[in-house]
Amino acid sequence: MSFRTYNEVSGEDRSRLMSQVVAQRERVARRLESVGRVVAVMSGKGGVGKSYVSAALAVGAARRFTGGVGVLDADLRSPTVARLLDASGPLRVREDGVEPATGRGGVRVVSTDLLLDEGQPLRWREPAMERFVWRGVLEAGTLREFLSDVLWGPLDLLLLDLPPGADGVADLTALVSDLAGALIVTIPSDESRRSVARTMRSAMEAGIPLLGIVENMSGYSCGECAASGRLFDGTAGVDLSEEFDIPLLATVPFTPGSNPASGERAGPIEALVDEFLRVIQ
Amino acid sequence: MKFLCVDCDEQMTFYERKEPGDGTFAAGFVCPTCGRKVALLANPMESRLVGALGVKIGGRTLDAQPMEATRSSMVGRDDAFVDETAARPGRGPVRWSPGGVERLSKVPNFVRGMVKRIYNEWASEHGITEITPEVMDKARTDLGLEGM
Repeated sequence: MSFRTYNEVSGEDRSRLMSQVVAQRERVARRLESVGRVVAVMSGKGGVGKSYVSAALAVGAARRFTGGVGVLDADLRSPTVARLLDASGPLRVREDGVEPATGRGGVRVVSTDLLLDEGQPLRWREPAMERFVWRGVLEAGTLREFLSDVLWGPLDLLLLDLPPGADGVADLTALVSDLAGALIVTIPSDESRRSVARTMRSAMEAGIPLLGIVENMSGYSCGECAASGRLFDGTAGVDLSEEFDIPLLATVPFTPGSNPASGERAGPIEALVDEFLRVIQ
Repeated sequence: MKFLCVDCDEQMTFYERKEPGDGTFAAGFVCPTCGRKVALLANPMESRLVGALGVKIGGRTLDAQPMEATRSSMVGRDDAFVDETAARPGRGPVRWSPGGVERLSKVPNFVRGMVKRIYNEWASEHGITEITPEVMDKARTDLGLEGM
């Protein structure tokens, strides 16, 4: 017995699964229509201060932009941005969406940190069998809902603080078709350079413009005694800038006790904000 | 996905969805020419995969609630959300029986507001003025509110 296959059978798909998926994508697009620019903040490894940079940029940009700035914490399993921006819940659910939390400088924030009990990992409801199969789909769904169902409102800038590594890049381009670009965060070490390079190549393959590089923890600077020095060997910021022919926007030293969301106009952070806003204009 | 009646070479039409509350899922399709019926029976993992996409086979009866997939799937803190929504205006009032209230109290707080609203809207659309456990069973089957 022979029968026609999917594409040989004409007419709409009566399971209506694809039309619902398309509707989800359209919902994301409609929600982001009022956002001026969507910029991803990426790194190759964890612990390089990507969320610190995202928070600092958000507060700095909020001082410059009149239309508002938002941060979507896409690192669902290890969220930190909400805390850095002093944003807290509960999130208010309205007819047409969920209100984001508001952090320092009026920055609007959404993060799983606002949804999870303190110290609890990201978990999903049963069934437990083959959990690794459907967990990725659920996380992608949450990321999609953070984009489509949060009442971001008109924004000049929405920063997407991605999880470390190259995995989040592909998810992003499937959801946000009009990404302005990506900002890359590294530390000076060669290990970070190699890891970040992979992430950058993933972004390029996905067609995401690379806006520039930030070398975080480029050294240390003591606010009390003015002592300074190197924390890591390596020149990853300069090396990546040359290899990929994109600007090194700033080198930011580690300053003990600094708070990226404090609004203090420390030199390197202010310089980073200046350069970042210049490249995204 | 499409279901093809091989004898008639016609695409079958969706007619019923069932979620019996045991993690499985069933969808019925009928051939518009000969009337033959088939049922897709999915195990809990397969059901979870489809549900994780935030879609329902055969389409939705009600619009998706804000952050519906996240609120129904994630194990979150009780006070993460404050639901300020209400049943849509213009529909009849709906009250809850003591049995319905007790059943609803077993729904995790993280998602309870959303679930209550869904039941309220379903009842209003069907002209039901009191939500009892029996009404909740019927709505759950119709809407696929597994475990709620």
